[in-house]
Amino acid sequence: MSKGDTKAKHYRVNVIAERCKGCGFCIEFCPKHILHEFTKINSRGYHQAYIENDDKCTGCDICSMVCPDFAIYVVSTEEKPEEEAG
Amino acid sequence: MPEGKYLAGEFFMSGDEACAEGAISAGCRFFAGYPITPATEIAERMSQRLPEVGGIHIQMEDELASLAAVLGASWGGVKAMTATSGPGFSLMMENIGLGLMTETPCVVVNMQRGDPSTGLPTLTGQGDMMQARWGSHGSYRIIALAPNSPQELYDLTIRAFNLSEKYRLPVLIMSESATAHMYEKVVIPPVSEIEITPRRKPTASPEEYLPYKPDSDLVPPMANAGDGYRFHTTGLTHDERGYPAMSAEAQDKLAEAQDKLIRRLVEKIEKNRDKIIELDEDGIDDAEVVVCAYGIPSRVSSRAVERAREEGIKVGMLRLITVWPFPEDRIRQIAGQVKAFVMPEINYGQVVLEVERCAGGMTKTIPVPHMGGGVHTPELILDAIRQAVR
Amino acid sequence: MSKATGDSEKHPLDAYLRTERLPHIWCPGCGCGLVLNCFIRSLLKSGLNLDKVAVVSGIGCTGRVAGYIRLDSFHTTHGRAIPFATGLKLANPELKVVVFSGDGDLLAIGGNHFIHAARRNIDITVLCVNNFIYGMTGGQLGPTTPLTARSTTTRMGSIEEPFNIPYLAAASGATYVARWTTAQVRRLEKAITEALLKKGFSLVEVISPCPTYYGRMNKQASGLDTMKYYRSNSVIKPDIDLKYADIKLNGQIVVGKFVDIERPPIPNL
Repeated sequence: MSKGDTKAKHYRVNVIAERCKGCGFCIEFCPKHILHEFTKINSRGYHQAYIENDDKCTGCDICSMVCPDFAIYVVSTEEKPEEEAG
Repeated sequence: MPEGKYLAGEFFMSGDEACAEGAISAGCRFFAGYPITPATEIAERMSQRLPEVGGIHIQMEDELASLAAVLGASWGGVKAMTATSGPGFSLMMENIGLGLMTETPCVVVNMQRGDPSTGLPTLTGQGDMMQARWGSHGSYRIIALAPNSPQELYDLTIRAFNLSEKYRLPVLIMSESATAHMYEKVVIPPVSEIEITPRRKPTASPEEYLPYKPDSDLVPPMANAGDGYRFHTTGLTHDERGYPAMSAEAQDKLAEAQDKLIRRLVEKIEKNRDKIIELDEDGIDDAEVVVCAYGIPSRVSSRAVERAREEGIKVGMLRLITVWPFPEDRIRQIAGQVKAFVMPEINYGQVVLEVERCAGGMTKTIPVPHMGGGVHTPELILDAIRQAVR
Repeated sequence: MSKATGDSEKHPLDAYLRTERLPHIWCPGCGCGLVLNCFIRSLLKSGLNLDKVAVVSGIGCTGRVAGYIRLDSFHTTHGRAIPFATGLKLANPELKVVVFSGDGDLLAIGGNHFIHAARRNIDITVLCVNNFIYGMTGGQLGPTTPLTARSTTTRMGSIEEPFNIPYLAAASGATYVARWTTAQVRRLEKAITEALLKKGFSLVEVISPCPTYYGRMNKQASGLDTMKYYRSNSVIKPDIDLKYADIKLNGQIVVGKFVDIERPPIPNL
């Protein structure tokens, strides 16, 4: 591959903390197991879902689809073309 | 709509047929019903006539579905009606409540028959009058009209549609088997001469529109489904947005929404009584006795009153064309001037209780109950009139 | 997926929700919100004009959906969503009318209307969220509660056979019948989209968790337990003889698109 024409897709997982009811669906159904239960509780007393590092997110969107509370969604960002590793 | 699809002229029609034609003249284009004696002929006529005017008739699986479909059709932007008798009327009560709460214009016709229960299906009665007022659970006001002839069934069905659009609620036509199946002359004017109240549509934009924010007459403008307003409506107690008025906060807030909404639903009728109530009065000014009647007994009463006058009794006649809201003020006025009210009804005494209540002890109230199956004879009412002046 | 907006308090589907009423009333682990989520996605995929989509619901937990979706929506009386929807559709055939209600509302008190609407092939889409229980009123037996399952009115276990919804719908004349659980979100979304675009009585039954009542009383302590049960026990058998699509307590759940036939709908446009 030549330099300059590769775009890496990067996904960012957003949790709307105050809507999360800690049901655990997203955590369970994420195929990459990158969602976890947060140790602290939100203002309604639920342990929300959270993601430490969304590098491994493939953008499958399952977490967003199984959420009953509209509390999690995934957005894609397009990074600048990456340099080919030497 | 081509003029030819509307009837115009003089016809020899039954009450049921006249009711159906009144609905069509009023712009009704949806009828959902279930067969029940003596209202079946309304459905039958609507099933033939509605397709002729571009409307829809559907026979539903029961009366609960019938009124539900009528409410749905109204929200779809079409004037809608159903017709039934006592047993079906009972089944419709919950959805009458939904219609009142969501402020859905529509017309419900009850051709009363001998009751309670299955009663006398092919014979006449007036036993549902209080049920018309109180039948659905909760606090509300309703409008009920009482025609006494096929001509009036035609005219008052049009009025019912107009009232239902103006005040946004189900309006009842309370008639009887005798009138439903009676054949008389009905004059139908050309459609261009008929006054129709259109639905009041919102002028606000979808972003600003509040479905239950009333205009100054306490009635909110009504958007139809598909108009782009994306509104919500519910049978739950709701606020001006149409949202259920529940909150995690104090019960006060909930109670306030309930009070505010229910008050408005009641007041929109109460404050407009004068425009809604219609009475037919004769010879009351110098009367000693007033016969108060509605529906078919009012016609028999006319004969009894005639004969009483021939005997020298000063008797007047007050016919209730609108039974609900009840003309409390007029009854109170008359009560102060007369020796008695005489009220024939084909039931064990229902609307007479209202007369008695409003007369407030100022005068006697003499019910003339007739248990149904037949119509009073003039003699029965005449006897009561004679008794009243004794 | 949308491009990054940097705003993490606004969900991409918020435009289709009455966000001023969120968070919604459904319990943690309840499937109702998931079905609503799926429904919105299906609507967007269907390409339908959202100003012409009307949602009619009945009474019950699922019935509350009408209050959360930002479309013309009607929260009607118990069991009467289907005839209301019938009137609405007949009055304005341009509308896409969706009945979104629960197993009790649609099949018990509403059972008569269900079979007649299917028989008539009224052009409406019906989403029946089946959680096997009456959730809103606290966990009573419903028409789909499996034999021997516990509920607050059958504490020793139900002695009644439940309805087999796809069998009933197909026998009544429905032209599209599918069942999925909330664990099969992608297929559920596809089914709902198909049902929306299909002319005629189109039913999607969605098996959904009720952790607070049904689950708790029947060895599925959390919504997650129920979702795992669905994931492990669902079997896709679209060609099954529907009389075998019944669901036994904690048993196998047959899912799939069972019926997709052509029959003139009412209204026939």
